[in-house]
Amino acid sequence: MRSIAFDSIVRTTADLCIQAAYELPEDISAAVRKALQTESSPRARLILQQLLENAAVAAHERIPICQDTGLTVVFAEAGSEVRIAAPPEKGSATLMDAIQEGAALACKEGLLRASVAAEPLNKRLNTNTNTPAFVHLSIVPGERLRLSVLLKGGGCENKSRFEMFNPTESPQTVCRWIVQTVQDAGPNACPPFVVGVGLGGDFEWCCLLSKKALLRPVGSTHPDPFYASLEETLLKDIHALGLGPQGLGGDTTALAVHIETAPCHIASLPAAVNIDCHAHRHKTAVL
Amino acid sequence: MEQETASIKLSTPLTDQQISSLRAGAWVTLSGVVYAARDQAHRRLAALLEKGQPLPFDVQGAVIYYVGPTPPPPGRVIGSAGPTTAGRMDAFTPLLLKAGLKGTIGKGCRSRQVQEALVQYRAVHFSAMGGFGALLSRHIVDSRPIAYEDLGPEAVRRLVFRDFPAIVAYDCYGSSIYEQRSKG
Repeated sequence: MRSIAFDSIVRTTADLCIQAAYELPEDISAAVRKALQTESSPRARLILQQLLENAAVAAHERIPICQDTGLTVVFAEAGSEVRIAAPPEKGSATLMDAIQEGAALACKEGLLRASVAAEPLNKRLNTNTNTPAFVHLSIVPGERLRLSVLLKGGGCENKSRFEMFNPTESPQTVCRWIVQTVQDAGPNACPPFVVGVGLGGDFEWCCLLSKKALLRPVGSTHPDPFYASLEETLLKDIHALGLGPQGLGGDTTALAVHIETAPCHIASLPAAVNIDCHAHRHKTAVL
Repeated sequence: MEQETASIKLSTPLTDQQISSLRAGAWVTLSGVVYAARDQAHRRLAALLEKGQPLPFDVQGAVIYYVGPTPPPPGRVIGSAGPTTAGRMDAFTPLLLKAGLKGTIGKGCRSRQVQEALVQYRAVHFSAMGGFGALLSRHIVDSRPIAYEDLGPEAVRRLVFRDFPAIVAYDCYGSSIYEQRSKG
């Protein structure tokens, strides 16, 4: 067994959240610079340049890229040989507690926005800590702990969609629905997007896949050539919408389409779309 | 922020004459007092208007910015402060326009009802660049909460803008930049 100190997980989680909020990831800025070379609309080019300028101001002045510093979504992969060494006063505190504490610390220390309502339909009081974070834990072989943080804004999350298709449905029909979902997201979800697509699994697994797909580096492709080619076709069709940056027209409507797949029931073809805005804030660390 | 064409300089409160001169697609810069309010604050403002009670600020000629900023670091008046989705305020906006509100700032599309109310009450909706909160915060020179502080980031704030860049998204003639784009 390998021991990882509770406090180091708290610190790492907080640092990941703060860095993600302040610093536009390199995969996004590279994709924007690439889009600038092909974008034909002068207005769209200007907006893409401002996108990079905004990122430079945020990094330099140490303030968030976007005021919606989002829900904190954490994908944690814990090695089966890892044990969490909590200080005596924390008793039997777990990995999940450490991540929650780290997310709250990030809000306080990094001056991130408290964007969590305690419950959905009654008083909606703000928790004032930007927690709970939403944590997806999986156990993997080994003695490492991998933490991936995604700060997910509300505007784009609101445009997520799920659909159960018939298992005999054609790829064209499913792709049309994906492109329609992106079109419906429109200017509200802050294009250019990163589009996460989950195909297969069951109801909740499919939605999780669509979110996990967002974490794949922009520029990477699905390992299966069939799905890689679907990603390419979808990106082309999404660009053809002409929505452009901020929905004010242009060729650059999405920076990437990532598909993640899983086996599914013989009766089902679940599909989910989770859209991320151009402020695609993600950061990973391995302990 | 550089723009593709020369911007029209506006200062608040907005007059009917200023509003009549604005056409969808024009870039503007806004200066002066603007009120920050978003979802929960709108629910409360609308409830006051429905009961015939006064609002916590003078709505005549006023502009509302749909924003929930991050807290200011030491030495700054505000943190990151870009627009939130305007469409979520659609249900409340006609009521505020009827009371004298002349402008709103957000990101994304408005409903048909808001578009009609902008014509009826001679007002305008601006789009600011979504996700550019760091850059836009440089155009906000003062910020203080004036109501509903229990809402935290959703409190109503009195902001002072200096050359805040935006585009006329819906004008008082029923035109929208988003419709222009889909036609084009």
